[in-house]
Amino acid sequence: MNTGNMERTDRTFGKVCDILDRYHRDPRKLIPILQAVQEEYRYLPEDILTFVATSIDLPPARVYGVATFYSHFTLQPKGKYVVKLCDGTACHVKGSERILDHIRSHLGLKDDQTTTPDMLFTVETVSCLGACGLAPVVVINDLVHGQVTPDHARELLDEIRKNEGAQE
Amino acid sequence: MNEQKLTVNGRRVAFHDEKNILEVIRKANIDLPTFCYHSELSVYGACRLCIVEIEGRGVQAACSVSPEAGLTIRTHTPELRETRKLTIELLLANHHQGCTTCRKSPSCKLLDLANRLGVNTVRFKQAGRELPLDTSNPALVRDPNKCILCGDCVRVCSEIQGIGAIDFAHRGAEATVAPAYGKKLGEVECVYCGQCAAVCPTGAILPASETDAVWAKLGDPTVTVVAQIAPAVRVAVGEAFGFGAGESAGSKIVAALKAIGFKNVYDTSFAADLTILEETGEFLRRTEMNGKLPLMTSCCPAWVTYAERFYPELLPHLSTCKSPQQMFGSLVKPMLSEKLKTSREQVVVVSIMPCTAKKFEGRRPEFAVNGSPDVDHVLTTQELIEMIRDAGLRFNELAAEAFDLPFGFKTGAGIIFGNSGGVSEAVVRYAHEKITGQKLESFDVHAVRGEDGWREANVDLGSRTLKILVVHGLGNARRAAELIRDGQAPWDFVEVMACPGGCVGGAGQPVTAGGDTRRKRRDGLYREDKVLQLHESQDNPYIRQCYHDFLGEIGGEKAHELLHTRYESRKRITGDGIDLKPATDPEVNVKVCLGTSCFVRGSQKLLQELLKNLSLENLDDSVAVQASFCHERCDRGPTVTVNEEILDKCTLERLMERIRSHSRAVAREKV
Repeated sequence: MNTGNMERTDRTFGKVCDILDRYHRDPRKLIPILQAVQEEYRYLPEDILTFVATSIDLPPARVYGVATFYSHFTLQPKGKYVVKLCDGTACHVKGSERILDHIRSHLGLKDDQTTTPDMLFTVETVSCLGACGLAPVVVINDLVHGQVTPDHARELLDEIRKNEGAQE
Repeated sequence: MNEQKLTVNGRRVAFHDEKNILEVIRKANIDLPTFCYHSELSVYGACRLCIVEIEGRGVQAACSVSPEAGLTIRTHTPELRETRKLTIELLLANHHQGCTTCRKSPSCKLLDLANRLGVNTVRFKQAGRELPLDTSNPALVRDPNKCILCGDCVRVCSEIQGIGAIDFAHRGAEATVAPAYGKKLGEVECVYCGQCAAVCPTGAILPASETDAVWAKLGDPTVTVVAQIAPAVRVAVGEAFGFGAGESAGSKIVAALKAIGFKNVYDTSFAADLTILEETGEFLRRTEMNGKLPLMTSCCPAWVTYAERFYPELLPHLSTCKSPQQMFGSLVKPMLSEKLKTSREQVVVVSIMPCTAKKFEGRRPEFAVNGSPDVDHVLTTQELIEMIRDAGLRFNELAAEAFDLPFGFKTGAGIIFGNSGGVSEAVVRYAHEKITGQKLESFDVHAVRGEDGWREANVDLGSRTLKILVVHGLGNARRAAELIRDGQAPWDFVEVMACPGGCVGGAGQPVTAGGDTRRKRRDGLYREDKVLQLHESQDNPYIRQCYHDFLGEIGGEKAHELLHTRYESRKRITGDGIDLKPATDPEVNVKVCLGTSCFVRGSQKLLQELLKNLSLENLDDSVAVQASFCHERCDRGPTVTVNEEILDKCTLERLMERIRSHSRAVAREKV
C-alpha cells in the first residue's frame, strides 16, 4: 500500500536537494528544476513542489502556475509505461483516432481516465512528433513505433504486460 | 522640467514624465478604457482596450508605449471602436452574466464598459464550464466564472503585498487565476487584506458579505445591536451618494444606522485612543526595560496574520495590544451587558470597517469568551452602503446625529489612525507629553506623514530621539522584517499597514480608481482631526473615566487581560500528510515534519531511523507514520507529533521513548 510514497521519502528529499543545489536554488531556473524533479518521480508531487517553492523563494502558486502551463509537466502520477499517441495532422489522417479508441478500450480506460489502476500504463495524445513519414506513430517511453495498426498497438501492450508479469 | 508635446486627436498635448502615452491621453481628459492597467502595478498589456492608432506605427496598446515628442495619436477611429467592442463581446461570451444578481454590478468595470462602448448584443455562444464558487475564505469570495484574466489581483498580491497567494494556472481555454494546487483561498497563505478584490474589475473576487446576518440580528427583538465605526469609513461612504471623496459623513452615518435599527452608534476612534495609551505605555516600558525593539504595531489584522505566517520569529516584536476593533469589543461588550443587565449573548457588536481582514480578526477564537465573540459581525464600508440602499434611506437628506456617549467620544489622535502614519503620530503626541511633561507645540507631526510606502522619520522627544519607520504595503513590511531579523534595523518603532495609504485605501472601501481618491480621504481625516477640540488620546475624558472605573492602570492587570493578546505561528498551506507507513492496527500515530526548516535540522534522517527502529522493536503493526509538511514551528525543529503530543527538537531516543509510552498506555486501556 502506497509503496510509491514510502520509496519516495527514503530517497526523496535528498534527491530534491541535489537537484536544487545543482541549479544553485535560483528561481530563474524553475523550469529545469521542475524537469529534473519530474525525471526523478515521473510526476510533480504536491509536497515536493511546495518544498521546491520554499527553497527558491517563490510562492507555491507561481510554481503551480508554471507546472500547469506546460503540457510536459504532470501533477498526476503516471504509469510505468507512458504511451504517447501522435494526433498531429498526418497521424490523424492516417487513423490515429481509431488506434486511440482501441488502446483505451483494450486497457479498460474509462471517461477521462488516462492511467491504468495498476499504474502500468498511461495513455496520452501529443500533437506531432515530427515523424510524419511514419504515421501513425506511437511512442512508448522512449521507443518509437511507426505505421501502427490497432492490432499492432495491442500486441505491443500485451508484450509489455507479459514481460512485467514474468519479472514478478 | 523639460516639456514636450505630442498630438492626440488633432490637439497638442504636453507631457513631462508620464511613463506611457495612456497617462498622457488620460491627462488630456480622455478616459481611455482599461482592465489591466493600474498606475501602481507593472504594465501587463493584456486587455487590449487602451489600443490607439499611432501614425506610422499602426494600432498599439497605449499602456505599453512611452511618450515621444511628435507622436500623432488617434483614440477612437471606427477601427479602434470596432476592435474594443469586439474585445468586450468576447469577454462577455466567457463571462457568467448574472449581472442582475451580482453584488459588483454597481461598480463593475465590465458592465460599465459594455454600456459605455455600446455593446448591445453578444453574437457568440456562451462558452465555458461552470466552476464552483470558493467561499472558504472568511474575508473574500472567489467566483472564477466572472474572471476576465486581467491579472490585476495576481500582480497586486505579488508586487504590492509580496505574497503571491494566487497566480495564473493552466493555459488557453482552461486558464484560471487560482491558489496553489487548485486549493481554496481559505487553505493557502492569503492574509485577507483583500487588495485583490479592490483591484478586480468584475465580481470575480468580492469581500464576503455579512449583511444578511446583521439584518437578522436587527430584526430580533431579544437582542441589542450596537455599531462601531472605524475612522476611514466616514470619509468614503459619501462617495456612493454623490459626496466628494474625503468629505466627512460621520454624523450622517450615525443617523443612517439609527434609522436602520442600531440601538447605539459608537466610534472605533474611541478605542483607538485607548490603543494609543496602551501601546505607547508598552513601548516606553520596553525602552526602559531593554525589551524587544523595534516595537511593531499590531492594529492592522492583515499585517498580524502576515507576520504569523511568514515571520513567526518576529512575533515578540509585535505590540501585544489588540487592535482598536477588538479593544472596543472586549471593553464594550461586558460594560454594556452589565449596564443593560442582560447576558453577553444579548448584546450584538457590529463593526463597520474599511477592511476585509477585520472579518477574519473578528473570528479569531482568542477574541471570544466561552465561544461568544467580542465582535459579532464585521461589515465593510461597501456593505454599509448596500444596507443604506437596501433600507431605501435618502442618505443626503438625513439630518446629522451625534455619536453616542461614552464610546462615541474621541480625540483627533484616534481619527488619524485611518491614515498611514496616523498611529505613529498619535503615539508621538502621547509619548512627548509622557517623556517631557509638556504638550507638543503643534500637534501636527509632519515628519511621519506622507504618501511613500517606506518613510523613515526622527522625532525629537526632549531627552531622546525616536526613530520611526512607517510602511504600507506588505512588500515593504517584508523588507523591514528581514532587516529586523538580520539585526540591521535602526528603528525604535515600526508602523505597518497592509493597504496602500493605510485604512483609507482598505479593500472594504468603495472601489476607487486609485491614488487620487485615497489622497482626498486622507486629507479628510486630517481635517477631521483639526476640527475636533482634543488631539491627544491622553486628554480623552471618557478614556480616563474608563481607566478609573473599570480598567485600573494603563498596562495594569485588568487592562492586560482585556486589551492585550498573543500571537501564534500559522501554517501557510494546509493539507493532509502523506502516509509513509500505514499500520494494520494503528495505536500510535506519528507525524514527522519534513518542512524546509525541520529538514535542515535532520528530520529526514530521523524518519529513516524511526522506520528502521519500528521494525526492530516489532512495532510495525501498531505505529502508523505520516510525513507532514511543516508544522510551522520552524524555530524548534525537527518537530514530531505522537498522537496529539508535540515533540520539539526531537531526537530518536526521545521519540522512541514517547512511542513506547503511548503504546503502553493504549495497552493498559485495553486491559
